[in-house]
Order: sequence, then structure tokens, then C-alpha cells
Amino acid sequence: MKKELSPELKAVEKYGSDRTCLIPILHEVQKEYRYLPEKALRNIASMLDISLVDVYGVATYFRSFSLEPKGKHTVTCCMGTACHVRNSPGVLEEAKRTLGIDAGETTEDMLFSLETVNCLGACALGPIMVVDGEYHGEVTPAKVKKIIGKVKHQEGRD
Amino acid sequence: MAKIKSPAMLEEYRNEILRKRERYTRVISLCGGPGCHAQHCNEIYEAVKKAVEKNGSSESVMVRKTGCHGFCEMGPIAVIQPEGIFYCKISLEDVPEIVERTLEKGEAIERLLYSDPESEKAIIKESKVPFYAKQKRLLMSMNEHIDPGNIEDYLAQGGYRALVKALFEMEPLEIIDEVDKAGLRGRGGAGFPAASKWRACRKAIARDGIKYVLCNADEGDPGAYMDRSLLEGNPHLVLEGMLIGAYGIGATEGYIYVRHEYPLTVENLLIALDQAREVGLLGKNILGSGFDFDIKVSIGGGAFVCGESTALMASIEGRIGEPRVKHIHTAERGLFNRPTNLNNVETWANVPLIINQGAVKYRKIGTKTSTGTKIFSLVGSINNTGLVEVPMGMTLREIIFDIGGGVPKGRKFKAVQTGGPSGGCIPESLLDTPVDFDALYDVGSMMGSGGMIVMDETTCMVDIARYFVDFLCDESCGKCVPCREGLKQMLFILEDITQGRGSLDQLELLKELAEVMRDTSLCGLGQTAANPVLSTLHYFEEEYIEHIKKKKCRAGVCKPLISFSINAKKCTGCMACRKACPVGAIKGKKKEAHVIQPEKCEKCGICFEACKYGAVVRK
Ligand SMILES: Cc1cc2nc3c(=O)[nH]c(=O)nc-3n(C[C@H](O)[C@H](O)[C@H](O)COP(=O)(O)O)c2cc1C
Ligand code: FES
Repeated sequence: MKKELSPELKAVEKYGSDRTCLIPILHEVQKEYRYLPEKALRNIASMLDISLVDVYGVATYFRSFSLEPKGKHTVTCCMGTACHVRNSPGVLEEAKRTLGIDAGETTEDMLFSLETVNCLGACALGPIMVVDGEYHGEVTPAKVKKIIGKVKHQEGRD
Repeated sequence: MAKIKSPAMLEEYRNEILRKRERYTRVISLCGGPGCHAQHCNEIYEAVKKAVEKNGSSESVMVRKTGCHGFCEMGPIAVIQPEGIFYCKISLEDVPEIVERTLEKGEAIERLLYSDPESEKAIIKESKVPFYAKQKRLLMSMNEHIDPGNIEDYLAQGGYRALVKALFEMEPLEIIDEVDKAGLRGRGGAGFPAASKWRACRKAIARDGIKYVLCNADEGDPGAYMDRSLLEGNPHLVLEGMLIGAYGIGATEGYIYVRHEYPLTVENLLIALDQAREVGLLGKNILGSGFDFDIKVSIGGGAFVCGESTALMASIEGRIGEPRVKHIHTAERGLFNRPTNLNNVETWANVPLIINQGAVKYRKIGTKTSTGTKIFSLVGSINNTGLVEVPMGMTLREIIFDIGGGVPKGRKFKAVQTGGPSGGCIPESLLDTPVDFDALYDVGSMMGSGGMIVMDETTCMVDIARYFVDFLCDESCGKCVPCREGLKQMLFILEDITQGRGSLDQLELLKELAEVMRDTSLCGLGQTAANPVLSTLHYFEEEYIEHIKKKKCRAGVCKPLISFSINAKKCTGCMACRKACPVGAIKGKKKEAHVIQPEKCEKCGICFEACKYGAVVRK
């Protein structure tokens, strides 16, 4: 029986086993698991021949990596300056209320994670909220419930 | 495609591309920049392509998806050549008519044209639209002629001619001298003269013969996206700049460090690198000149401090992206301890222009000490949101009011923030300040990388200071004490003030903290972190005092200092606010005046938004 390659091995094959490839490898592996499991970090360390501490250090230093499992859907609110002056704090507040979690957390049913980001480069449409990669522009607190509600509905959780 | 081995072969290839394109009577360029992308321009592009194929005109009409054109407010946008017709806010339904009338017959469709807000007249040509007419788009104007996934577009625009000139007609030192004479200053923030850095790196001794040139595309300034638009829309322009710089410096390897929030930029860049390699514009013995150079892409992990030069280098090496002290310059020992030169995306993009037209002509634009143009991301409370490229020396007022069209919704301008988290807020009284590295510094802000955020009366200046300190507190790497602890203390104080617990002596403490952080922090992040606080304290002190003494936030932003109520005279009892309130704080029957219960109200402002009659009062 042919064994499926692990995401770690696939990422190392794609980017190379040089230390400079660590960040892209972590990104790639996180895409697969939606977070960075300890086992993956150990595998990466041994494949790149660096200490686990070094991998752990980088994985916890950068905000885009998570060592905690993430929800099935990701809601991201832009907190950049352009969005801020157009009331992104109000949007985030409402997203927190609707999902019942804080930014950076995941709902207990593992359905939603709420994230913030410092600018998506689409400032003209601010405030921006991204749900699973789809951009919603000029979001107001009142629109938040509808946008998230649509996903909840698809999941049969309304 | 066979490798191009000489300048003559490059010209031949270019002519072949141009000849091949003679059959096109019309070209439609659809903007695929970040703003238009979020508005589903992809589907429009696919639809236009399909429609053109279907009616058999793909032999005479070229359909192109490009990078950002700049006028993001009006997206999705398209430009049709040779007429120069400019369409805005187009939708899928408009596609058949655009193909039939404009692409076939060259007619302009009135409803898709930009209507001048003053005269209300429809404007046909892009060049006549006031937003564009007052700019000087030396770099950005090329975007609309280029599909970033096709090197032939860049060559058709005369691309890589500057490289040929540099490699075959100039000595490396002559290149540095030319850039020096042009007065090119770094566009990434500090405005450091590019040629001085290049010279230092050229002089530095590389023990194993390897030197690096790097491109900073980390663009951490929240609210700024000009580097993204340049690199994503016209990658070869940046590559050509880096090639020329590398030849001048004597570097053989390059890296472009892109933030991971820009996946499309990375994708376009990788394609551009592949295509450049394939034709021999990167790699060994470029164009037969004997010069070797190649570029790799490195991706960030979402840390603002990685825009700082030494942190960026650590991050490329696969280490924790923390800055180090710079008593040894990176020009001597940078990436992998080898001589390294780092410049910003826009800085590199200016280089081909300087080599092509010469320093003397380049200097004619801009001011004496700040030459050339600068791209700003004009965002926030502004009518014409977008990217604007202006000659340095233009005043903030001209940018915000003549190009940006002023503040929307009848609101009043309050301040403009430049320089990102290291910059400051500039008040109305200083709007005649020219955008110039030194003039902006003198008013307590800085040029920064080009974020320009306009604020109106609904922005609280104490809250904005708190916002930036909060941002930096989060982003401080924690290596040095003044920045790590100073920011925390500043944040405590600003939270006190915005929540109505502040006292006047805390203002003195803020200033003292600011001084210590400026003098003793390890890197630029901490050294400039107090600028948003100091500038708002300087120009908007009365707002701070109002928060402290009167417990009042005039902008209606600081929640503990505001309250919501319903004006019974205006309330029609339509129930809209009651339905909208997420915490059930509003009581009232249909057609009767409603009441907000203050003990339940969380001051989210949703009722304020929901009321069509202006009956909800925010005080
Ligand atoms: C905290 C911090 C963040 C920075 N972020 C950026 C950035 O996102 N992009 C950039 O080009 N320069 C940034 N810089 C400036 C760089 O350190 C460096 O000066 C610049 O890239 C040099 O290029 P230039 O001379 O062409 O401007 C940052 C500096 C600091 C201290
Ligand atoms: S500030 Fe939100 S997209 Fe730029």
C-alpha cells in the first residue's frame, strides 16, 4: 500500500530543507492542518536539521502561526488604520458578540475562529471583514450578524 | 523561448512583440488590483474575454487584466485604448454592451463614464478625470498597460532598456553617481539617500564574493498598499531596478521580502521571476554582459517589526525576526553576515526611470531635497479613496481636496495621518505643508512609506493615539526594555484618559516616557513610537483636556464617555432600532416613542445606524 506523504514532507520537498525555507514551510503545513501540531514541528525540526526550539521560536513569534487548532470557518476583521477610522472596532465588537468569542479564539464547536489583521491592502473598501477568503467591504456592525448568519445557516446552526 | 544573449536580440524580441500586436485595434485593460479584486473584477474579466471570443473579435481586441490603476473608490474600473475611455463601477451586466459598442465601434457608454462631481458632466477620457489629471504618475501609469503575468507587456512598454544601458554603456560607479545626482531618497520611511547606501555596500569587502540586494515589500504600515500595487501590478519594474542596483553595487544575489498577507503579490512575483529567468534577464551572464544575478522570494509571518532592516534579514534567514543593534552596518554585515543593501519597493521602481532619462531630467520633478514623485495611499474619510502619485512638494491640501475630493458626508476635516505608526497627525492649519521628507518631519510627522489617512470630526484624536500605541504594543518584539515597557505604560495612560479616569499630570508623564523611548530604544519602532502621541498632544491638546476634565469625547468614540438616547419627538415607533439592538436594551411599542435602557445598553451604536429618522441621539 502506498503511504500518503505527510504535509511536512511535502512542504520540505516543495521549498527545500534549508533553514531559510522555514517560514514558507510553516505556512504550507499550517494550510493543511489549519494549525501547527507539535508532531509537525518536531518533524520539520529534524528534516531541516535544526533544534525544535528554533522552530518553536519562529512558530510562536509570528502572529500568522497558531499552535492551537482553528475552526472550520475563519472570520477576519481588518484593524488597520483606514478601517479603524471607519469604525472597524464596532464591527469587531459585533463579531465577538455574534460568535460569543474573543479575537484569536475559536468557538467550542470548532466551527468559527475570529481573527484580526493589520491591513489587507483593500483600504478603499474599509471596514473590511473576510469570511473564508471572501471579502466583505463597507461592513457596519449591523451587517455583521447577517454575514456570519449566512455561514451559520449553511452549517445548520442558526 | 530561447535565452536572449545580447541587447540586439532583446530589441529584436521587442520588435517582434510589437509587430505581433499591430493587429489589435483595441485594448481593454481591466483593473485587477486589491480594491477591484474584492469587487469581483475577476468575473467581469472572464466575461469580457468570453464575449470577445464568442463574437469572433479576439484577433482584433486584446483583453488584459492588470494591476491597480489607483482609483479604487470607483472600482471595478476599465480603460479602453486607443481612445483612452475610462469606465468605472462596471458590473457583469454591462459586459455585452461594452463589447458591442465600445470594443467594436469605439463608442463611449455614457452611464459607465465618470461624472464630475462639480459640473456633473460625464468625462470620457481617463486623463481628463480630475483624480488622475492632477497627479504625476511616472510609475503608476504603467500599471494599466501591463498584465503582470506577461513579460511581453513590460517589454512592449520599453522595459529592460534601462538595464541594457546600465550593463553596456555605464560603469558600476557611474550608475551610483547617476542615482546620487538624481537625489533618490528611500521611499520606505526615513528618506535616506539611496546612493550613499549603495556606495557603502559597494566598498564593503565580501569575504566569499557574495553581496546581497534586498527589496522590502513588508509594507507593515496599516492603511497603506502602494508597495503591494507596484510589485503586484508591475513586478518587472522592481526587478529591473534591483538588477541595475545589484550591478552598481556588485551583488550577485537578491531577495524580495513580501508580507504573507499579500498572496497574489507573491504569485505574480514568482511568475515574473520565472519569465525573466526563461528569457535570460536573470541568471548567469545576463544579456551576454558577464553579469550574474538572481532573486529569491521570502515570505513574512505577520510581524510589523520585520519591516525593520535587521529584523527583516533575520526573518529571511529563518530566524526570529528581531532587530539587532546596528553599530556594524548592514552594508558591511547584513544578511548571512555578508554585505547587504536593502531598499523599499518604490525606491527600486524609481531606478530604471533615473537610468533611462538621466538624473538631470529626473530632478526636475519634486523639490530640491526631495526629488521625484511619491505614491500615497489616500484612505480614511475621503471621497476619492485610492493610490495617488504626486510630485514631491505638492501640498497636503492639494492632495486631499483637489485630487481626493475632500471629506464625504458633509463632515468636517480634522487631521491627516502620515508615516504610519511612526508618524503623526497633521491638523487643518498645516495643510499647506508640502509633501517633502524634511517638511513633514518639521511638523512632527514623517513621510513614512506613503500611508495618508484622512480623519474627520468623527475620529477622536486621543483614541487614535491609543490605537497606534495599542498596535505598537502588540507589535513590539520585546527585546528592549524601553519599547516593551514604555509602550505598555503609555497604553495604560491612554486607556485611562479614553475611559474617563485620566488626570492632567499623566500628560506630562506621557511626554517624559516619549523622550526616554526615543533616546534609548533599540530600533526605529520604539524610537518613533511616541510620534502619534506627541503629535496629537501637540495639535489636539484640547481634546485630551476635555476627556480628562469634562469627561467628554467630542467625536463620540470613547464609549465610557458617551451615551445613547432616543428623542421622543422624532421617534416614529417604527421598531427598527428595537429589532436591531443586539442586547435587547430598547423598549417601546409600535408607533410609540422608544426608550433605551441605559443599564442594558452596550453603546455599540447599531440603533444609531438603524434609525432612519435621526431620533437616536449620541452624546
Ligand atoms: C518598525 C519598522 C518597520 C518598518 N517597516 C517598513 C516597511 O514595511 N517597508 C519598508 O520599505 N520599510 C520599512 N521600514 C524601514 C526599513 O527599515 C528601511 O529603512 C527601508 O526598507 C530602507 O529602504 P529605503 O531606503 O529604500 O527606504 C521599517 C522600519 C522600522 C523601524
Ligand atoms: S486598513 Fe483595512 S484594508 Fe487597509
